Amino acid sequence: MKTYYNPDDLKKFGSISEFEPNLAKKFFDYYGDVFKDGALTAREKALIALAVAHTVQCPYCIDAYTQDTMEKGCDEAQLMEAVHVAAAIRGGASLVHGVQMMNKYKELSM
Amino acid sequence: MTTKSLQALNHELASAKSQVEFLEISTQISFAEKLKAQNLFPLTVKPLDIFQINVGKMCNQVCKHCHVDAGPDRKEIMTRETMQLCLNAIEKSGAHTVDLTGGAPEMNPDFRWFVEEISKLRKKIIVRCNLTIIVANKKYNDLPDFFKLHKIEVVSSLPYFSSVKTDSQRGDGVFDKSIQALKMLNEVGYGKDDSGLILNLVYNPAGAFLPGDQAALEREFKNKLKTNFGVEFNNLFAITNLPISRFLEYLVRSENYHSYMEKLIGAYNPIAAENVMCRNTISVSWDGYLYDCDFNQMLELHVETPKSNQHLSDFNLDILNLRAIKIGQHCYGCTAGAGSSCGGTVA
Repeated sequence: MKTYYNPDDLKKFGSISEFEPNLAKKFFDYYGDVFKDGALTAREKALIALAVAHTVQCPYCIDAYTQDTMEKGCDEAQLMEAVHVAAAIRGGASLVHGVQMMNKYKELSM
Repeated sequence: MTTKSLQALNHELASAKSQVEFLEISTQISFAEKLKAQNLFPLTVKPLDIFQINVGKMCNQVCKHCHVDAGPDRKEIMTRETMQLCLNAIEKSGAHTVDLTGGAPEMNPDFRWFVEEISKLRKKIIVRCNLTIIVANKKYNDLPDFFKLHKIEVVSSLPYFSSVKTDSQRGDGVFDKSIQALKMLNEVGYGKDDSGLILNLVYNPAGAFLPGDQAALEREFKNKLKTNFGVEFNNLFAITNLPISRFLEYLVRSENYHSYMEKLIGAYNPIAAENVMCRNTISVSWDGYLYDCDFNQMLELHVETPKSNQHLSDFNLDILNLRAIKIGQHCYGCTAGAGSSCGGTVA
């Protein structure tokens, strides 16, 4: 069955350099540096990446950072808490606009 | 969770021959080709440092990933006669370290005698203790004192700092018992700064993925074990699960085999290949045969020497030093990422 997403494409991520090598190199160098230990540990960054992966709903990133966080010693509760952080921010982002809605509602009401 | 070995279950992958055949047929890129590409083939030996002895396959646990297929139903155990042959060979070998493993080595009825005799040879002794054996029966409760008496370095598996992941790999209740045993080891000084009594932990992934950075995992384990349980230890060894025996069975059953092998092959590290542990180690089986490592032992891949020199009864260091190490597709497990050995990463 043909689908838009193919799990094997994740392994081919590097091949984007085929069409434009210079920008790809800059991106991958930057990407590698971002995930190194810094003010945040590589482990903390991987958990952030997992949460963001759920926010941008990228199946490749979800696969990649589920595995990466497991390799970095995170357990299922930690992974799921990261997903809840993403969900809370997404939910909160909708709900906080409720204030705008209420403002407008009140503005238009007698 | 099953409480039987693959052998007791008459599983096809209990056979070493079946495992080797499966690995050879189902993996595309040969490990030998990888070594050839960096002029490391045939893989030669370095001066012998470690004499690793598997004193038996009997164990009180049935861990899901066990490469020995150990368990309570395994009766293969080293006799005192074979231990004596080991002692003779250790003297001749010049190795500075004797590494005792199993199964649960402490379950061998001659374990304590053997340790006392090795002590007399003034060798560093490592015991790979599964922790739960210390609390499994009253007769083992004094093991921490016994270890201390002989200044044994204790190396113990603890795949995680909480019960869910530990118990899923090693059996129900193992985590709580392991913490109890670690506290008993701490009480006599193991893992404490300046005590000189070394307690190292082994982390291996509870699933089809590779271990992460060893130093980062060690920091996390130290923090969590100290904060949550008041437990201390010295170093954490991150060890990759090799695709043999029960872990191979798990990979095949869970349909993770191919992706796991791809990961191992993709993460091949030439520096790790240079430093694999089989180059300075000799592995002895419960019945006195010689192998390049504990994994080759389980796959029944004897050392590449004339047949008469494959057993302790005719231990000849000069001949052993000339051998080429036997390799196979399972060897990718020791060369992936930062590499893997019984002492953790190698690159």
